[in-house]
Amino acid sequence: MTHKTIRVGGLTRVEGEGALLVRARDGRVTDLQLKIYEPPRFFEALLRGRAFDEPPDITARVCGICPVAYQMSACQALESACGVTVEGALRDLRLLLYYGEWIESHALHVYLLHAPDFLGFPSGVAMAASHRPAVERGLALKKAGNELVAAVGGRAIHPVNVRLGGFHRVPADLTPLAGPLRRALRAALDTVEWVSGFDFPDVEHDYRFLALRHPAEYAILSGDVAVSDGTAFPVHDWPRHVVEEQVRHSTALHARLDGRPGYLTGPLARYALNAPLLSPLALRAAAEAGLGRVCRNPFRSIVVRAVEIVHACEEALRLIDRYVPPDEPAMPVAARPGVGHGASEAPRGTLYHRYRIDEDGLIAEADIVPPTAQNQARIEDDLRALVEPRLGLPVARLTELCERAIRNHDPCISCSAHFLDLSLRHG
Amino acid sequence: MRKLAVWKFASCDGCQLTLLDCEDELLSVAATIDLAYFLEASSARGAGPYDLSLVEGSISTPDDVERIKHVRRVSRHLVTIGACATSGGVQALRNLAGVREFAAVVYARPDHIEALERSTPISAHVPVDFELRGCPIDKRQLLEVIGAFLAGRRPAVPAHSVCVECKARGNPCVLVAHGTPCLGPVTQAGCGALCPAFNRGCFGCFGPMESPNAAALNARLRAAGMTGDELARVYRTFNVTSFGGSSDA
Ligand code: SF4
Ligand code: SF4
Repeated sequence: MTHKTIRVGGLTRVEGEGALLVRARDGRVTDLQLKIYEPPRFFEALLRGRAFDEPPDITARVCGICPVAYQMSACQALESACGVTVEGALRDLRLLLYYGEWIESHALHVYLLHAPDFLGFPSGVAMAASHRPAVERGLALKKAGNELVAAVGGRAIHPVNVRLGGFHRVPADLTPLAGPLRRALRAALDTVEWVSGFDFPDVEHDYRFLALRHPAEYAILSGDVAVSDGTAFPVHDWPRHVVEEQVRHSTALHARLDGRPGYLTGPLARYALNAPLLSPLALRAAAEAGLGRVCRNPFRSIVVRAVEIVHACEEALRLIDRYVPPDEPAMPVAARPGVGHGASEAPRGTLYHRYRIDEDGLIAEADIVPPTAQNQARIEDDLRALVEPRLGLPVARLTELCERAIRNHDPCISCSAHFLDLSLRHG
Repeated sequence: MRKLAVWKFASCDGCQLTLLDCEDELLSVAATIDLAYFLEASSARGAGPYDLSLVEGSISTPDDVERIKHVRRVSRHLVTIGACATSGGVQALRNLAGVREFAAVVYARPDHIEALERSTPISAHVPVDFELRGCPIDKRQLLEVIGAFLAGRRPAVPAHSVCVECKARGNPCVLVAHGTPCLGPVTQAGCGALCPAFNRGCFGCFGPMESPNAAALNARLRAAGMTGDELARVYRTFNVTSFGGSSDA
């Protein structure tokens, strides 16, 4: 029996770090573990004893790439515990802030992390040598997203303006944002066209999708939880359906949905469950890109992300157009003992928070289920399906394919916090 | 061309993302200094030694302790970026409680989790050439630091308080005008007095300024109605190890 171990350093162009271990024998994968061993940061523990209005600022620090998602899920969970629902212009401003995050985060992934895979470059910066206009367009798009987050949230990373009930200060006028966003919308449409011309491996998986669903919006800020098998449940039923378990090989927990592991959340899931609610230009761009009604090819997720950028730009413009500054920057939210649940669509998928507030207005318990913890088991399934029929390929090639397959899902490993190595064992 | 490396320990990635968020400058930075090792941004792993290493994140596992020594050995200059690397970060809240207790809250099998009792700044383990504060760091300050090391001079980063920036920006003082608790008087400048500009008090995300007078501020904050617990919490968030004792003053 031959025994071979190949180590391939850290996984790159993902946020955070992790490792992949594949063991194969006689042409079959016997063991496959995506390891997330970034040091755990213990947010759920350190939130205990903090004041009920602190989690939006604190949980933003779970992830520097999608802090708004953490702030929004935290706000909704705590507001629901306190019996408050934020509506009208304040909700619009939250949506606008969130669209900004979708634009910057998706543009980062599409241009700097994912596209280099398809064009054969180690990085977006290296890609600029021969694709300079495209990279510049990507950076401009990302900047438009960051400027939107900064305009509404005060700062692009870890916005300071978000609070329970709304904001600390609301903008008097949003019209200066319209010009840059119209340019961003054009860049987003060009992005869809650009990425849809890439060469995609012919892979399809029979995914079980999970995403929020809202009656009137392509869900981002709120909604019920929908699953592609046709079931749906309100966010406060989350703990009855989604259970996290610890696996020996990872500091990120693995989630099971209704008893089964391996479901997918994120752009492919949102598109499969909510595509008819996309903005008109986004719908047309999706059709022109040949996406079909459901996309099951994970390599094509880059196209879905680009379509979501179009949607975010178009919707943001609509919100800016109808914006009338609210009289008060926030609705009053008073602490009361109880439990609250909240979920929103982070760029990488559904992000759930639950808090229990005690008699003194302090956090007694916190639970955070980030998208990467939910997708991890499903990413392992993708890898197994990819590796097994290709075990005869040269290891370097196989390794590259695995890295690409992981990157398709834009795993944000800092959510669970981590270092990644890739090792492949043929037994 | 000189070589830049970016390293990550326990953190949210926000500080290294700040470099990628320099959208207008990124390509010209890359033309001036070789982004030799930057796993978040590139699959190319250029070999060391590196002229400048930017280190994000705190030391929180036994493996980190070994890795930071390696980073120091392969780096001519080592600069920490952000509150995690400079003061242990929000994850240093475990230092007040105990890591076993924390692990038991999050994990069914805490014995399978390797984590140090304390989350510590980089400077607790290796010599550091410069510390850039902020949670996250400020983009302009980051570009200043990279430029300064390329030019062989000290970075021009102020050591005064957020209050000075507040005055420069023309913000009314939220503490004086509205009685809103604010750590601006003891916090290092760098953000441009962001929070007061948004009508809220500073919560110290840039960490303590040089020789802060916390005792004077705390008397003022108590007079504004803050309780001892609230005072302790506001100091003990993103820079708990460097602000930690201030609330007892
Ligand atoms: S200092 Fe703050 S922004 Fe920087 S990595 Fe740590 S948590 Fe993120
Ligand atoms: S005012 Fe204080 S808390 Fe706000 S961004 Fe500046 S340093 Fe951070």
